[in-house]
Amino acid sequence: MNAPDNVSRRALLSGGLATGFLLAFHLPLRAASNEPVQKDATDGKFAPNAFIRIDETGRTVLMMPQVEMGQGVYTSISMILAEELDADWGKVEVQHAPPNDKFYANPVFGLQATGGSTSIRAWWMPLRKAGATARAMLIQAAASQWGVDGASCTASKGEVAHAASGRKLGYGELALAAQSQTPPGDVAIKDPKNFVLIGQPLKRLDTPDKVNGKAVYGIDAILPDMKIAAIANCPVFGGKVGKVDDGAAMKVAGVRKVVVLDDAVAVIGDHMWAAKKGLEALKIAWNEGPNAKISTKDIWQDLRTASEKDGAVAKSTGDIAKALATGDKFEAAYEMPFLAHASMEPVNATVRVTKDSCEIWTGTQIMTRVQSEAAKAAGVAVDKVIVNQHLLGGGFGRKLEPDMVVAAVRIAKQVDYPVKVIWTREEDIQHDVYRPVYRDQITASLVDGKVAAWKYKVAGSAVIARWLPPAFQKGIDIDAVDAAVDAPYDFANFHVEYVRVEPPAVPTGFWRGVGPNNNVFAVECAMDELARKAGKDPVEFRRSMLTKNPRALAVLNLVAEKSGWGQPLPPRVGRGVCLQPSFASFLATVVEAEIDDSGEIALRRVTSVVDTGIAVNPDTVKAQIEGGLVFGLTAALYGEITIEKGRVQQSNFHDYRMMRINETPKIEVTVVKSGEAPGGIGEAGVNAGPPALRNAIYAATGVVLRRMPIDRKLLAVGKKA
Amino acid sequence: MATTLTINGETKSFDAPGEMPLLWVLRDILGMTGTKFGCGIAQCGACTVHVDGKAVRSCVLPVSAVENRAITTIEHVGSTPSGAKVQKAWLEAEVVQCGYCQSGQIMSAAALLAATPNPDDADIDAAMAGNICRCGTYVRIREAIKLAASGRQS
Repeated sequence: MNAPDNVSRRALLSGGLATGFLLAFHLPLRAASNEPVQKDATDGKFAPNAFIRIDETGRTVLMMPQVEMGQGVYTSISMILAEELDADWGKVEVQHAPPNDKFYANPVFGLQATGGSTSIRAWWMPLRKAGATARAMLIQAAASQWGVDGASCTASKGEVAHAASGRKLGYGELALAAQSQTPPGDVAIKDPKNFVLIGQPLKRLDTPDKVNGKAVYGIDAILPDMKIAAIANCPVFGGKVGKVDDGAAMKVAGVRKVVVLDDAVAVIGDHMWAAKKGLEALKIAWNEGPNAKISTKDIWQDLRTASEKDGAVAKSTGDIAKALATGDKFEAAYEMPFLAHASMEPVNATVRVTKDSCEIWTGTQIMTRVQSEAAKAAGVAVDKVIVNQHLLGGGFGRKLEPDMVVAAVRIAKQVDYPVKVIWTREEDIQHDVYRPVYRDQITASLVDGKVAAWKYKVAGSAVIARWLPPAFQKGIDIDAVDAAVDAPYDFANFHVEYVRVEPPAVPTGFWRGVGPNNNVFAVECAMDELARKAGKDPVEFRRSMLTKNPRALAVLNLVAEKSGWGQPLPPRVGRGVCLQPSFASFLATVVEAEIDDSGEIALRRVTSVVDTGIAVNPDTVKAQIEGGLVFGLTAALYGEITIEKGRVQQSNFHDYRMMRINETPKIEVTVVKSGEAPGGIGEAGVNAGPPALRNAIYAATGVVLRRMPIDRKLLAVGKKA
Repeated sequence: MATTLTINGETKSFDAPGEMPLLWVLRDILGMTGTKFGCGIAQCGACTVHVDGKAVRSCVLPVSAVENRAITTIEHVGSTPSGAKVQKAWLEAEVVQCGYCQSGQIMSAAALLAATPNPDDADIDAAMAGNICRCGTYVRIREAIKLAASGRQS
């Protein structure tokens, strides 16, 4: 079999699979002075590269190539830069970077995107080198001023010192002299044992303004003469606007204009209330088009049929056919629903379009794509589009799409003032770019109580093929099979296939946890079912197949200890385990849950142990696992988008439910010390919640759930799945 | 028709229809954007403000209903004893992630502590279950409320 051996996000990171499509990234160690984005920002400052600006007062401004959407990345990126720079942490300020792939492209994607838990992994070395380079130039500036050898000087907390003479100079005092130093060719970075910031649970830089109402998200943009628009997208996917009667809408106080696009209608008003009332007063006849009959029922039928086909082989080792023919055979299919993102800040964008320019105020995960797509929509040159980045009130993958900005540009083109286009929660949920439905089939055989053969076929939409086409090679969506090809266990005969199945008309995209969500669920559910078939304890069963994976084994052992694994529980209470290597982090989780006689679920306790390599900010790591677990458990308990007559049936938080504080159990996260390179942390917890809960339910009730979200009816006493 | 409200101790007059929700008056007329829009149907709590010290959802609260009442928003809650304690505890427990829901969370928590200085878990659940946090910061919200109540803050 001639299949790529290890297709994974890790390969994407290392550049293995990526060779030939990733834009050649090279760290701009010295920004060209004729770069417009650099000019204003660097005048009179020490600006050794695209990330660091130090002025004569010592004020240290760090430019953020990744966006802050809650994951704490502004702080952890600053910690990496400040560590190697030996900056005074108290003087560090952060700034959103402008759109510029040349300076700020995420090395994994080749574009300025934040997603896939890549920020720290992708920027770890480039930013360390950027910080170290700046530090070397500051030291050199001081050394030449003192007429001493640079090697006899040290730097710490924003100062260069010459111990022999007791002299010291602050970075501010050195800024101008440092600017004219030649950057070292091959700069030395610190030995991790000398880190003073990295590894400390430092307070986040973005939070003080988030507790007093001062933080400014995209939706908070206010401009002179700005108006507010509410939008109605065609309720049927792909449908168009037919006739619009705006008579009543134009009579609503505060309504200024009705904008009719080919696929949406917007009402512009003095404020959102007028815009919303105006929209409600419109009479819109839609041309629903060919998708008016699609339903999730049919989509599932099609997916189940298509998933029976052979797929493209993503990885194959050993002799799968022969191995499957021996031993005790196991077969199961796991199904994952469509999901909406529902970030708390509804989708929005503020835009001003003139004849030859376009300016945007928004919070986006994909700066440069927003810029280029806005340019197309506005009909202006890309360099005439200014994107003002904001904090994101949650992203979760929704804001990896530029559609909301494009819609706002199309609306703003019709008027000569800036317009803030706000999607109501209903529009936000019904016109999302959805986490695709997946059907994952696992066929395995057991010999002597261990897995002897493992065949795993993933079927679902190829998000990568649309979002990053060059990364879609040989018919394989590397995201959809990411944690399928990367199973942690010793499977001698191992085979992973992918079948691309696109749902009709429903746009699909990345959703926090991305491909590993379906992989970790299928793998960890199957492992529990196989353990039972083998007559073994689920933790013991996993342990026996981790002989080559010490990091995975260590987190599994520790979570078993910390969760009280094996200790007696009352009836209908169970513990479920999930072990995963995802985003280059190792996470083991135990959920303890109680299922009442009606099938309702109470989460009692969640315990996680994570080895993410060097934890840049261990408190952020903990917070991301805690929050990720809640995000994943929410999906397991409630998450499903259904479609009927071409329309999404859910609309707001009453029917697209979120976990609330009263449903949230105690969550205990342990971050193990590690010297390995940092892994991703923003999404791993999301992967863990559903399988760990499902396995707890399996332990408590014996009911074999193979579909998300959890169907309570199957859990009521007297029912068997 | 001019409406007059008392917001954060200041008198504000503006033209708005009486049925217009307070949320949009704050955000789009008065430019006070600390109070957030999340759902528009009182399901998520992002828009929570205080009216006479009680937590209410401003997205469904007509301005006509709050004339002559004392309105407090996130921008000013730090001047109340419970609000100041809550904000401090929020930072100490490092509750916040994206932060978008946290204005509402803090307003709900401050109202809880003003009425119930030593809340137990059930009190916290009752007061806070109307506030959704999509980042899932609930464990720390609970911890921060207890921290604020305890007076153990550094």
